[in-house]
Amino acid sequence: MSANKETFGKTVGFVLAVCVACALLVSFSAVQLKPLQQANKLLDKQTKILQAAGLLEAADGNIVATYNQFVEAKMIDLDSGEFIEGNPDLFDERRNSRDVEKSEKPKNDIAGINRRSHDAVIYLVRNGAGEIDTVVFPMVGSGLWDLMYAYVGVEADLNTIKNVIYTAEMKETPGLGAEVLNPAWIALWPGKKIFDDKGQVRVELVKGGVKEGNPSEAYQVDGLSGATLTANGVTKTFKFWFGDEGYSAFIDKNRGGLN
Amino acid sequence: MSADTKKVLTSPIVDNNPIALQVLGICSALAVTSSMANALVMTLAVVFVTAFSNLFISIIRNHIPSSVRIIVQMAIIASLVIVVDQVLKAFSYALSQELSVFVGLIITNCIVMGRAEAFAMKEKPVVSFMDGIGNGLGYGFILMTVAFFRELLGFGTVFGIEILPLIQNGGWYQANGLLVLPFSSFFIIGLIIWAIRQWKPEQVEKD
Repeated sequence: MSANKETFGKTVGFVLAVCVACALLVSFSAVQLKPLQQANKLLDKQTKILQAAGLLEAADGNIVATYNQFVEAKMIDLDSGEFIEGNPDLFDERRNSRDVEKSEKPKNDIAGINRRSHDAVIYLVRNGAGEIDTVVFPMVGSGLWDLMYAYVGVEADLNTIKNVIYTAEMKETPGLGAEVLNPAWIALWPGKKIFDDKGQVRVELVKGGVKEGNPSEAYQVDGLSGATLTANGVTKTFKFWFGDEGYSAFIDKNRGGLN
Repeated sequence: MSADTKKVLTSPIVDNNPIALQVLGICSALAVTSSMANALVMTLAVVFVTAFSNLFISIIRNHIPSSVRIIVQMAIIASLVIVVDQVLKAFSYALSQELSVFVGLIITNCIVMGRAEAFAMKEKPVVSFMDGIGNGLGYGFILMTVAFFRELLGFGTVFGIEILPLIQNGGWYQANGLLVLPFSSFFIIGLIIWAIRQWKPEQVEKD
């Protein structure tokens, strides 16, 4: 089998056989593992939403049951701020924001997202008495290296922050920008306000730490040392998503209370 | 296990280490060594890929036409890497989010190609399989050592468990920000190479 394995026909045949075998291996593993992967993805998302709503500890490991009991996903139209029909489970922000018909270029793209989907999914979180007690808003914006995705849990006044949870899917520098995942930093957020009395988005990260007793303290969170650009990205992401091109239409309509 | 097989399995760990002696696979050694958990998963992935690519390539080595042998090796390696990535996504979602990019890059890790071309194309399947495991472990040994120092001195932890309490958490240790950045691995790998060559002077290149 030495000399004749180099013929044209044998080479082509051999390569085809290897390709088919490899393709079978890859597709078999992809198909077999897909249900597990999707379950993981969903579980991860539900965990983040519960965490943003401050329910993760109460859930005590029963993520899916807690999520199904208290959280309701709703589609909204960002420009009008109205709830719209549609299946939130099928909504995919990333696909929409690449689709010319389902998204638009923001007029003032401070978050660096390039295109913004017309619709969005928000998560209404009820308390034990069935009243809406938290709304979780997803947001996305550029950090230093790439887009960063986050869930912002806001209390029923649609102003006071419960938690800001970034997803691990980011390319920020470990130890610097990626400190947005650090529990110590996440713990700085609860109680901070997004808007001032005039409805301006005031929330921001400040370099060098928040000065105690300054008039803006309620809107300020410590920046990330060594990661100024990531921190600026977080501030701008807030300004965008809670501003005119983000959720402000929805928030203005529902400031009086949701039900 | 015969003496030969054992030698094939253990010699890449120190005597013929793919990173320290052959200086292959440096790129991923920089990228994934900021924490020990990442380094461990990457090690397991590389052990799996080198072992099985060596095995499969060795099984068909007498049939691979030499004009297309590199591309055939690549097809096998790439398929295995995709399988590893899928398994990681299915069983360790959090780690896969951090490591996915680097797992994909195992395809271009010179160690895998190097062993396929230099060893598996000539040797029998079982011994090739062992060689793959050995080289994966040699790679992993350096990775884990680098990750140990980077995580301990950069974050004050080992496998996420606090060893040196950080100042920002109320302890006394000021984390070394340099070691958090990928290029700091160059220093640590350099020191490891120096240490190994002090211990085994026969690895020192002659001028």
